[in-house]
Order: sequence, then structure tokens, then C-alpha cells
Amino acid sequence: MTNSNPLINIIKTLQGIGHRMVERIWRLGAGARLFFLTIVYSGESFKRFHLTMREIYSTGVMSLLIIIVSAFFVGMVLALQGYNTLQKYGSSEAIGVLVSLSLVRELGPVVTALLFAGRAGTAITAEIGLMKTTEQLSAMEMMAVNPIARVVAPRFWAGVISMPILAALFSMVGILGGYIVAVPLIGVDEGAFWSQMQANVDFQSDIVNGIIKSLVFGIACTMIALFEGFDAPPTAEGVSRATTRTVVISSLTVLGLDFVLTSFMLVI
Amino acid sequence: MTNNIVEIDNLSFGYKGRLLHKGINMVFPRGKVVAIMGGSGSGKTTLLRLIGGQIKPSKGEVRVHGDVVHKQDRDGIFKLRRKMGMLFQQGALFTDLSVYENVAFPMRELTDLPNSMIHDLVLMKLNAVGLRGAYTLMPAELSGGMARRVALARAIALDPAIMMYDEPFAGLDPISMGVICSLIRSLNDALGATSIIVSHDVKETFLIADYVYFVANGVVTAEGTPDDLMKSTLPFVHQFVHGDKDGPVPFHYPAGNYQSELMKHG
Repeated sequence: MTNSNPLINIIKTLQGIGHRMVERIWRLGAGARLFFLTIVYSGESFKRFHLTMREIYSTGVMSLLIIIVSAFFVGMVLALQGYNTLQKYGSSEAIGVLVSLSLVRELGPVVTALLFAGRAGTAITAEIGLMKTTEQLSAMEMMAVNPIARVVAPRFWAGVISMPILAALFSMVGILGGYIVAVPLIGVDEGAFWSQMQANVDFQSDIVNGIIKSLVFGIACTMIALFEGFDAPPTAEGVSRATTRTVVISSLTVLGLDFVLTSFMLVI
Repeated sequence: MTNNIVEIDNLSFGYKGRLLHKGINMVFPRGKVVAIMGGSGSGKTTLLRLIGGQIKPSKGEVRVHGDVVHKQDRDGIFKLRRKMGMLFQQGALFTDLSVYENVAFPMRELTDLPNSMIHDLVLMKLNAVGLRGAYTLMPAELSGGMARRVALARAIALDPAIMMYDEPFAGLDPISMGVICSLIRSLNDALGATSIIVSHDVKETFLIADYVYFVANGVVTAEGTPDDLMKSTLPFVHQFVHGDKDGPVPFHYPAGNYQSELMKHG
């Protein structure tokens, strides 16, 4: 209901903005606290590694199909678009370099993280949110079992371990897709395709940096998914909103972090 | 040494500026089945959460085996909780684990028992609730009553000294209700435990409880044995026990004048 006094309306609007700001800051603090506690209670995830292995299966292995199929198409499109531009400058042999560098440096880690957030991140949020709704986390606490050590930490490490492996697979399959379009279909010389790639892709500045990116994305995406699930109001609507937030926040965080990391990597 | 396993002393609890409990006193003696009854939203389940140390009181204290719950650190709370078992309203079974693994969960997490012993113990607990044959099933394959019984087997997995039941009869068919009812009493007597039941099902609760507390408006409004309370002339107790539509707890949520509200849009 709007008030006729404009001053009161302005105050109410400012109040609303302030309230939302405080809530955001609170959530950031709560997320950081959960991250800290997850690290502190991680011992169990390594002592009983089968718990982490099970989560690697559901987050990593179950994401394989979407990662491989997407990578294949991304690689093929890259080769098509790259060839179209490169041939204008008579350097169509450099198509292998273009495909591999685009994938290893940027698209591999970034698209993998975005797909991971959509496939595994949402699953983690929904699962933990529903565990909260159905009092499974409370039951665990009442059994003197710490839910952060038993539920959160294994999922966190599973995400952190899976992401670089998935990103590496994405780059590998993408390069294969690019090869199929460039060499058998377009007719680029096979020797030039591979040798230029071998000569121009640097292990340290390209591959290692790509791995670092995917590790950071792995930590960010998994932690966001875990926090959203853990913080979800215990209702159907609460879990559904938390799942949506996981995708939105993870995607924006990945893109923002990618810019920051790339800036640092190019300077160093 | 006091015979009371759990003591609630002058306890007040509130949140968001609303006081839910205002100086509650209760005792739960060893070996007894004690019920906490009251209408929805009267803070019965919150009392269980206060006993389990999941939330802290604003004033007063809860003592379990003489230890003040809210003054314990995390390790202390976990140590106290190992003496407790809790049956949640909807069972709270872990949906990704089978019936067997659900019952084995506390044993695997909190003890170093070998697998062979865990196997025997799980089957014994499931046998006690009549579901030994269902150990391979997943929670999604169980009926409401079966899920509640599996949750009960999990709650007694480590033979707790204190059993807490949050609305154990809610949403069950009459047969399952009867089964759960007799299980609560027989398990309490077999384990020598102390049971705290939070419920608003009068018939079933009065059948097995040794003592009953009525909670309303944040205070204990009545207490006594089921027989005493059945005969009680207190208006609230009479309304609750006999299920009267109107009484101290009104049928209507507070509202303005009915006629004028109808006329407003008429």
C-alpha cells in the first residue's frame, strides 16, 4: 500500500534498500563461515574417502554426458567460425591453435563451470535443501553427527576434484570436435593442425592457468550450491528459489572471477 | 542423586520479539513416559529442540543428567546427544540410504563396531519394530507407518537413555498408530529409558503416558496422570481432552465485526 506522503515513500524505499543490503552482507558472511567450517571439518572427507568418492560419482561422473556433448559442439563451432575468419588472412592452418587456445584458456574452464552449476550445482542445492525440509539434517545433528562434516565437506571436495578433470575433458573433446570439422570436413592439413597446436600451446601459461581457473571455479560453484541448499527456507518454494539462485549466482561469479583471473594471469 | 533424567527449570524462550515459553517447569523421571500436550503452535516441538540443545533458552535452563544443556560447548552437546534418541514427525529417514543403512547410520558414525556386529544389531533393532524383512527397501518404498517404525529403530540404535518423540502418531492409520503406541511403551520399558512424547493425540498418548503436561500460552496450564486429566474440570483441559469446538481456545481467529465486513463489499 503506497502512502500519500512522498517523504515517507522515499524513507520506505531507502529502508528497503538498506534492508536488502544488510541481508546480502549477512549472506556473504554466512557463506564465508560455512566455507571456513567446511575446511575445518574436512578431515572426515579424506579419512573416509568413500563418502567423497560417492559424491564425485554423482557430481562429476553424472555430469560427463552434458560436458562431452557440449564440448564436442563448442569445438566444432569454434573450428567453423575460426576457419571462416582465418582463411581471409590466409592463415587457415592456425585453426588448431585457435581452437585449442580458446578451449584450454577460456572456454574449457568457463563453459564447464557454467554447465556444472546447471547440472551438479542445482542437484546439490536441491538435495541439501530437501534434506533440511525433511528434517534429515536436524536428525543428523540430534544423532551427534555434524552435518557439515558428513554432508557438506564430501560434496565440497567432490566438486573441487571433479571440476578440473571435467574442464580438461571438455578441452580435449572440444579439440577433437574442432579437428573433425577442420581436417576431414574442411580439408585443413592434418600435420599443420597438430604441429601448430604443439608449437603454440604453452604448458605453464595456457594449460596450468586453465587448471587454476577451473579449480577456483570448482571451489566457487560448489560452495555456492552448498550454501544455498544449507540456507534454503524449509519449504517447496524456498528450495525452488535456492536452486534458481545457485545457477544465477554461480554463473555471474564464474564470469566475474574469469575476468579477474585472466587479468592477473596476463600481467604475471 | 535425583531420579529426574531431564529437568526444565523456569525456562523462557522467544524469537522475533515473541515469547513462546514463559517460565516453564517440568521434570522427566527415569523410566517414565511423560507427554507434553498442547495445541498447534504452543511450542511443544521447540521444547524438544531446547532439550536437545539445538536452540538456547532466553532464560532458565534445561538439565540433562544434571548438566545444563545450553552451557555445554559443541563437544559437550554432542556427548549429551549420544544419550538421546529422537523420532521426528515425518521420520526424517535418509532418502539416499536403504532401511538397513539408515539403522546402521548412528553405529557407523559414532562407534567403531565391526561390520558383522553392526549387521546383527541392525537386524535386532529392525526385528524389535517388526521390519526385519524390509531391510533392503529404500525409504521411498515404505508406507508412512513403516517409515516411522524404521525411524524408531534408528533412534534406538545405540540404546539411548532418553527417547524423544515429536508427534509420533500424526498422519498414521489406526493400525500403524496402535503399533507405534505399543512400541513406544514396550521399548521404553525394555531399554529402561525415559521417554518424552510431544503430541496432540489425546487417546493414544493417554494410553501410554505415565504423566502429562499441558502447555498453552507459554505456560504449563495443567499436569497430572492421564486419569486425573480426564476428570479435570479446568476449561482448557476439558476442551482439549474432549475435543470441544469452542472454549478457552476459540474457534474463530480474531476478526472484526462480521456483519459490517459483509456489508462493506455488499
